[in-house]
Amino acid sequence: MLDIRGLSKSFGGVKATDDVSLDFADGSLTAVIGPNGAGKSTFFNLITGALRPDSGQVLLEGVDLAGKSPSDIVRYGIGRAFQVASIFPSLTVQETMLAAVCADQRRSTVLHRRFPLAETRDRAEHAMELLGLANKRHRTAATLSHGDQKLLDIALALVLDPKVLLLDEPTAGMGTEERWRMIDKVRELWEAQKITVVFIEHDMDIVFKIAPRIVVLCYGRILATGTPDAIRRNEAVIEAYLGTEEHAEAVT
Amino acid sequence: MTELQAGRASETLSAPRIETRSFRSRYRDILVALVAFAVLAALPFFFGSKALLDFVIRCSAFGLFATSLNLLVGYTGMISFGHGMFFGLGAYGFGLLMQRTGVPIPVAFVATLAITAVFAAIIGAICVRLKEIYFAFVTLAFQMLIHSTILTWASLTGGDQGLRGGIPRPVFLGIDLANHVHLYITSCALLVLGLLLMRQIAQSPFGYTLRMIRDNARRASFIGIDVWRAKLTIFVLAALFASTGGMVMALFVSGAYPEFAYWTISGEGIFINMLGGVTTFLGPMVGTVLLLILNDTVTRFTEYHGIVLGLVILFFAIGLRKGLMDYLLEWYAQRRDGRGERG
Repeated sequence: MLDIRGLSKSFGGVKATDDVSLDFADGSLTAVIGPNGAGKSTFFNLITGALRPDSGQVLLEGVDLAGKSPSDIVRYGIGRAFQVASIFPSLTVQETMLAAVCADQRRSTVLHRRFPLAETRDRAEHAMELLGLANKRHRTAATLSHGDQKLLDIALALVLDPKVLLLDEPTAGMGTEERWRMIDKVRELWEAQKITVVFIEHDMDIVFKIAPRIVVLCYGRILATGTPDAIRRNEAVIEAYLGTEEHAEAVT
Repeated sequence: MTELQAGRASETLSAPRIETRSFRSRYRDILVALVAFAVLAALPFFFGSKALLDFVIRCSAFGLFATSLNLLVGYTGMISFGHGMFFGLGAYGFGLLMQRTGVPIPVAFVATLAITAVFAAIIGAICVRLKEIYFAFVTLAFQMLIHSTILTWASLTGGDQGLRGGIPRPVFLGIDLANHVHLYITSCALLVLGLLLMRQIAQSPFGYTLRMIRDNARRASFIGIDVWRAKLTIFVLAALFASTGGMVMALFVSGAYPEFAYWTISGEGIFINMLGGVTTFLGPMVGTVLLLILNDTVTRFTEYHGIVLGLVILFFAIGLRKGLMDYLLEWYAQRRDGRGERG
């Protein structure tokens, strides 16, 4: 279980994350929503070690990860994909996967053998198939389409066999149809891998349809958490985020 | 056939290939190295010209240096402007050990590498956390520090006169480095062995870790790679090969001079990499041969050789926008693709 307790982070006088406490049950799927600047990405950055929290705890199965380095936190089992696909442009899809498994097996500093290592093959292969990238294995990452680059980014997180997968706007920069394909993929991965998935999403249709549980952030604070129905009816959310009641009804 | 089946089919095809490919690539490299060494070693029997052998010895020294710089620049994306300090350190360390302690040559060789490793680890620990231009400038600053230390510590280093009086070369294992052909063969052996080792580094899992850091260091840390440690490791490894180049140079000129540790050596290393190209392993080696040929021929014809070399680098930097080997590789890839489409 991922248990966040009293997580806070300020930039200057601005509280980007303000005393956030949340828990994510094993195998749960949660959407994080909130207006621009609500502190969604900061929240992810604090959990994954990209930023050091001012105070609070990030407990994964009872171990406090707050303040540890990104590479350490990954090893504890929190994987992450980025809003702008973060990949290795000059490596091919297959090389990317093989090298990532190498890193996960603590073999990234091996000098006396040749890349790729045979023992990294199966996991790399498995991840490519899961994300539907197997037939593009020899393509250089830079030449992939935007959608495939996002998939590769997710594959990079998934190939490490994380316990928790954080997806920062998996559908960012996509057209409507592509968005749905991507989010179906995310749901499919969640069901198949039985891991804890937390994703940030802007598209309300997608959030309400896909996520069993929704967290609403606003000005770095938790405004509400609950099922889609509860969130839709929550007055604070309607006021602060969804705007008017008419909008809320339109979403329904 | 569904996509999944297609995926499985390609898996069964590629599964054994990965293992055999790794083995094959290593044996191919060793074979290439052996053939290259055999050709170089046979050279003195066909061409008695001392100038040619001298040229190859200088190529060995600068080739080791430039290729090791490419491990930083091309493979890891660390543009060091101070890599020449390890070339100088190798030359002075080896020269001083031979002059002052009288240990056998292999002992001095290993001891110099150890000294270089200590220096590189300390300097690297300070530098590798810095990004791009800051890394470049701080490495340059360390280079100047070492250069001015050599100039001012005259009682040890001979100051601006350099290490004079020649480097003693006691015979070891039947190798007499005072003999020109012996020196030549030893230089070639060090070059080929050094290149083979660096090739192994570049093609190892660690080599791919370096490529990931070059492409996207932030992402590399998010898949669990300790970026700082990896950068420090390659900084020290590259320094060892640069130091070896410096030792070859010290043996060649039988001394060591402050210019070996001056920043212009680092500049020449960057220059060679731009000439030969950084995307292929042998690019810097090709660049070394080009630069030395250019140097030797141009200086013979004009005293304005600086201008000519400047024009050449402008041609590569602005005209081709890449090094010679990069250009050839791209040209070859285009030709192959073109043929593939027609076929």
